[in-house]
Amino acid sequence: MSKSPGKGSDSGSSGKGPSRRVSPRASKGGKAVNEVNGEGLKSLEFDFISDYLRMREVQDQIIAAVVASGFVDDDLFAIKLCVEEALINAIKHGNKLDHAKYVHVRGSVSPSRFEIIIRDEGAGFERGEVPDPTDPSNWEKPSGRGLLLMESYMTQTKYSDQGRQIRMVKNKSKTA
Amino acid sequence: MSSATPPISVTEIKGTSVVNFTDSKILDEANIKNIGDSLTALVDEAPQPRLLLDFTGVDHLSSAALGMLINTNKRVKEKNGMLRLAHIKPQIYDVFVITKLNKLFRIVATRQDGLDSFDSPM
Repeated sequence: MSKSPGKGSDSGSSGKGPSRRVSPRASKGGKAVNEVNGEGLKSLEFDFISDYLRMREVQDQIIAAVVASGFVDDDLFAIKLCVEEALINAIKHGNKLDHAKYVHVRGSVSPSRFEIIIRDEGAGFERGEVPDPTDPSNWEKPSGRGLLLMESYMTQTKYSDQGRQIRMVKNKSKTA
Repeated sequence: MSSATPPISVTEIKGTSVVNFTDSKILDEANIKNIGDSLTALVDEAPQPRLLLDFTGVDHLSSAALGMLINTNKRVKEKNGMLRLAHIKPQIYDVFVITKLNKLFRIVATRQDGLDSFDSPM
């Protein structure tokens, strides 16, 4: 896309181009946090273009739901960090900032558990081929640190669909 | 958004550039690039840079921010300079430990410790 960076605000680019599927709480192509039942389970469902501003909006809603479910302190820090890393990976490394490609988020938050699946439409990657960022000879390489952080902080991390999809689970820590 | 505000503020103390961060989150690509550019400028203008990054008030930082810090460290080393990181909150310190970057960076508890360490470098 030959759009100049900056400026371009929410309403998308000038008239032309994909201004599709952004209804606020549609079940498909929308973005929403919905109460599932009376037990405080919330579902997360977002489909958005590979754009950092959109990402921040979605991220804010996810984190609001996580906070509303009572996640605090280290758990909240971990979830914020890992959602950030995973969304950036999807947009930047997966979809390569291509505005024609979407990021798909599905998940749920309950008072005891956070689960999220983030899928991009990129070429995927092979986890085993990412260099170990903790090896001093790789310190100056830019990749691998986000994956390491997600795998360290989350209770479970799983890649699928040839690396296009990541599923992360964080169980809430027991507090005294 | 955060257009006009500089991403860092710099105080010169005894030949050291002490850097504070404007935002509590070092996450946004653009913000990280701005910080990186500002730090690079500081390194470039000093014959032998002494940089102390004061993380007071910083609550969140991503792997992209770590990459920027690694770059800054590299530039400082290239000029035989010194870099210290201070006032890193425990949650953020964990990020350095997990990535083992606590072994790459010289992390000190306080700004004063950092300033002192320049006078008696190991």
